[in-house]
Amino acid sequence: MRLPSRNLAAPLAIALALGAVPGRAWAAGMPQLDFANPLLIGQVVWGAVIFAVFYIVLSRSALPRIEGVLTHRRNRIEGDLDIARRARDDADRAVDELRRARHDAAAQAQANIDRVVHEARMAAEAQTHEMNHRLMTDIAEAEKRIASARAEALASLPGVAADTAQSLIEKLLRPAGNENTISRAQVQDAVQAGLAASRG
Amino acid sequence: MAAGSTIDALGQFELHPVLGQIGEALRFSQSPLFMLIAIVAVLAFLYLGMRPAAVVPGRLQAAAELGYDFIHNMATETIGKEGAAFFPFVFAIFFFILAGNYLGLIPYCFTFTSHIAVTASLAILVFLVSILASFKYQGVKFFTHFMPEGAPVFLAPLLIPIEILSFLSRPVSLSIRLFANMMAGHVLLEVFAGFTLMLAGLGAFGSVLAVAPVVINVALTALELLVGVLQAYVFAILTCIYLREAVAH
Repeated sequence: MRLPSRNLAAPLAIALALGAVPGRAWAAGMPQLDFANPLLIGQVVWGAVIFAVFYIVLSRSALPRIEGVLTHRRNRIEGDLDIARRARDDADRAVDELRRARHDAAAQAQANIDRVVHEARMAAEAQTHEMNHRLMTDIAEAEKRIASARAEALASLPGVAADTAQSLIEKLLRPAGNENTISRAQVQDAVQAGLAASRG
Repeated sequence: MAAGSTIDALGQFELHPVLGQIGEALRFSQSPLFMLIAIVAVLAFLYLGMRPAAVVPGRLQAAAELGYDFIHNMATETIGKEGAAFFPFVFAIFFFILAGNYLGLIPYCFTFTSHIAVTASLAILVFLVSILASFKYQGVKFFTHFMPEGAPVFLAPLLIPIEILSFLSRPVSLSIRLFANMMAGHVLLEVFAGFTLMLAGLGAFGSVLAVAPVVINVALTALELLVGVLQAYVFAILTCIYLREAVAH
């Protein structure tokens, strides 16, 4: 650093001045130490007044003015930042709301789809069920009809068989001239017996 | 100025009354005149700079705010939370000395910081302010600082006088440092300027050689610009350090 050497240099110069020229003479050599000069003390008094004025003007007016400008700027910046922060929060909230709304809408749509599909499935199942039921009843009815037809057929069988047997007999016996030798009742009994035998 | 073959390096520090009889009667020399110019320049810098009071500062306003912030940070960071109370004082000290140092570098201007009476007055002012602050913030406890904490008691007769001496030497070193720096710089400038005149008087060859001291003076002026702001800074930071010790509990 440059300072220490200079700090030494000047006192050295003063010491040399003090040592070289004894008595009153050095004061003439160094105006700063010429205390006989009233201007020397005068500058201290004036300096005190000027410095006091400087200090008062600075502390009362100049520095508070600068501080006011700096504070105003700081407040302004903070206020602007606050506004920006609020705007960002609002935007974030709006985005959240939008996202939630979309999510809700999607969920609702999915629920609607599920419900419609379910309904359609249920309807289809009901229809199938009804169809099956109708078919079953139709089948049951048909079976019943078949059974009755069969029973009817079975019931009319002895008569038909008796008729057939009688006409056969007549055809067989008429050429031989044996008329009404076998009665209808006999034929019927025989048919009945035969049927019973075939059944049994 | 150089008269013949001798260089009157100290003549620049002589005090002369300004405005003739009025100055003589009021003891008003060029030293207070330049103090006045210095504070007017600093206040003009601050007021003109801050006149726009803009949120986005211009160059001059930015410079004024930079000066404010620089000293404000120095005061509050060095002194502590009480620093705000001493900020105007430190600001006044720093800019008074800085303006004095820089005004002195302008030709035909007087350097009032090269007078030991001025620097000693400033140093004593700082000393008194720090003592008053000590009493205000610490009361009688202030005297305990003259006995370093943890030092053996039997060393007290040795330590206490040393501490008191070092305390009392503060204004001395503070004033001599500034005064000596400014005086040495201006003596050097004057001496090299005198060399130029002397060499120029030696004819054509001397005129050529006379350029060398001018070059040196240019470099010295640059150095003085550095020293001027550095000494103002040193004075202000030492003021802050003394005040921190004064307000520290």
